[in-house]
Amino acid sequence: MDGTTFVRKEILAAQSPPTSEIGIGGWARENLFGSVFNSVMTVLSATAVVLFLAESLPWILQSSWTANSLSECRERISDRYGEGVHGACWSVIRERYLQMLFGFYPSELYWRPILTFVLLLGALSPVLFPSIPRILLVFSAVYPFVGYWLLWGGSIWGPFSIVAGFAIGIFAGQHVKYRIAMIAVLILSVYLCFRISGYLQTAAPVGIEPIESAQMGGFLLSVTIGTTGIVLSLPIGILLALGRTSDLLIVKAICVGFIEFIRGVPLITLLFVASTLLNLFMPPGTNFDLILRVVIMVTLFASAYMAEVIRGGLAALPRGQYEAADALGLDYWKSIRLVILPQALKISIPGIVSTFIGLFKDTTLVSIIGLLDPLGLSTSIRADSDWNGIVWELYGFVALMFFIFCFAMSRYSMYLERKLEISNH
Amino acid sequence: MNPTAEVDALGNASIPKPGEVAIVIKDMNKWFGAFHALRDINLTVYSGERIVICGPSGSGKSTLIRCVNRLEVHQKGTIIVDGTELTSDLKNIDKIRSEVGMCFQHFNLFPHLTTLENCMLAPIWVRKVPRKEARETAMHFLEKVKIPEQALKYPGQLSGGQQQRVAIARSLCMRPRIMLFDEPTSALDPEMIKEVLDTMIELAEEGMTMICVTHEMGFARKVANRVIFMDEGQIVEQNEPEEFFSNPKSDRTQLFLSQILGH
Repeated sequence: MDGTTFVRKEILAAQSPPTSEIGIGGWARENLFGSVFNSVMTVLSATAVVLFLAESLPWILQSSWTANSLSECRERISDRYGEGVHGACWSVIRERYLQMLFGFYPSELYWRPILTFVLLLGALSPVLFPSIPRILLVFSAVYPFVGYWLLWGGSIWGPFSIVAGFAIGIFAGQHVKYRIAMIAVLILSVYLCFRISGYLQTAAPVGIEPIESAQMGGFLLSVTIGTTGIVLSLPIGILLALGRTSDLLIVKAICVGFIEFIRGVPLITLLFVASTLLNLFMPPGTNFDLILRVVIMVTLFASAYMAEVIRGGLAALPRGQYEAADALGLDYWKSIRLVILPQALKISIPGIVSTFIGLFKDTTLVSIIGLLDPLGLSTSIRADSDWNGIVWELYGFVALMFFIFCFAMSRYSMYLERKLEISNH
Repeated sequence: MNPTAEVDALGNASIPKPGEVAIVIKDMNKWFGAFHALRDINLTVYSGERIVICGPSGSGKSTLIRCVNRLEVHQKGTIIVDGTELTSDLKNIDKIRSEVGMCFQHFNLFPHLTTLENCMLAPIWVRKVPRKEARETAMHFLEKVKIPEQALKYPGQLSGGQQQRVAIARSLCMRPRIMLFDEPTSALDPEMIKEVLDTMIELAEEGMTMICVTHEMGFARKVANRVIFMDEGQIVEQNEPEEFFSNPKSDRTQLFLSQILGH
């Protein structure tokens, strides 16, 4: 070879990588001790983790689960583990966990919220996982009424008649030509069925014991407000985002105004409006359930943020996608549904899930207007003379429960992103 | 059929031609803000004609064909496609768009759908064709553009040339009467240009009415019955290809041709 011309005579066979690159040793060298800086950081982080565990593990493990008050608990810990040992009083969780979960829901009716929660998982699964048979989506559509009836109780005819009204309306609406007439038929049939429900109840009283909103609390309340808010804020957010990017000037102005107003106001202000001011604007005599009012405010609040997240997704799509959909003759709603949203929502998944998680954690703010969510209950438990002075155990439990829900959402979003990533490459 | 025999240099709306009228553009003007993008465009396209539009960048070629399916809105004059006038009436626009296929420079396939689903989408949702039939049509046209084996892949897995052929198949699935091509080969690597041009030549030979913005002069020579040269938003010269290339009349055409053919 003289430097300018070269012809390879034989093709080299592939070889396995050097042993220093594979196995646990190779992995550690690559990821933990790759450079001086990397090694220093590894040692420092490991030390921090060890110190943290050395402090917290004894506290968590040298604990009492059986005491009935804080002072009794401290005695037992010093008896068992020696004088001066600080241990956790998990007994407060053992004694109060049902209250933390259900609030003041009657204990003989606990099966109702539990069944509601199990059914919720069933209703969500076909929405979350495409491998579940599509027919179950019918159950998902009916679930809000079943769930409402199970939690609040009362006559079955109210929720039943609304579902029947929707079913009749959708069936009848298919025979109507124009979309606007379809919606009119739907609304009319729901209204008529709802009016009939009162007579049905007098004719054939079927129902379960009604529960007041004031009796609900704890995680039951958080999950109810959170789930309803999450399920409703996504479609409202999509509509607001589409409105904000629309060519229709008035629609656009309304959407921009709504989004900017809601984002400019703290959620607590909105909750105070819900709890005190809203009734002033209602016709006298209307009794508008407090939880419902809170759900509406939380939903509106989250949908304004949702709208901006989705608008980001819409803006990230190349102009050509809109043009190609237009050029094929798809009308606005079809191009949005079939071409634009599937892509825009996929881009927005991290932001959407962040908004969901934020909404779920914001449900703790309802304790400020007197609803007994887990934090509100913690305050009242701490006011009990038996448990006066307990802090870490209660809030730790609340934190753990929230972490489980939020981490589940986060993992699901990662699963979804990975799944959509695979299908596109 | 020799529809260009009596064409004058600017517009030809008044000259009768064999073949049905497909598109009539009359005194059409378009502005982008204050910028006068298209000026007094007059053009009649007959069924079965293959028209190539060329010109320097910014001359309004793309804008012109995008006005034909109203991706751009013209402000003055009339455009009549297949007997329907383009106005702000959404019904007319969607009707015309479903009759007029379009291929873009950057393909604009839908990346979240497979090749097959890309081709089936519009027939199912616009033409209300049953799924099974839409699938058969889609496979037919994918075979025609010679990539049936890519039907279940996503656009991101295909080469540029393959993507553009899928885009052509997607348009053909709507069984359009007119096809618009907006620089279909200018985003492609040189070795892929031929496969797309071959597909277009085949389409032309079957008698499809085509308007094609392109700088592929070989293609123009081979299939066009008319070449239109645009500059500064106006039609500067149009002629049959042989005459257009060998004997350009206007100075600007001569300059343009010397620049693109001279390297």
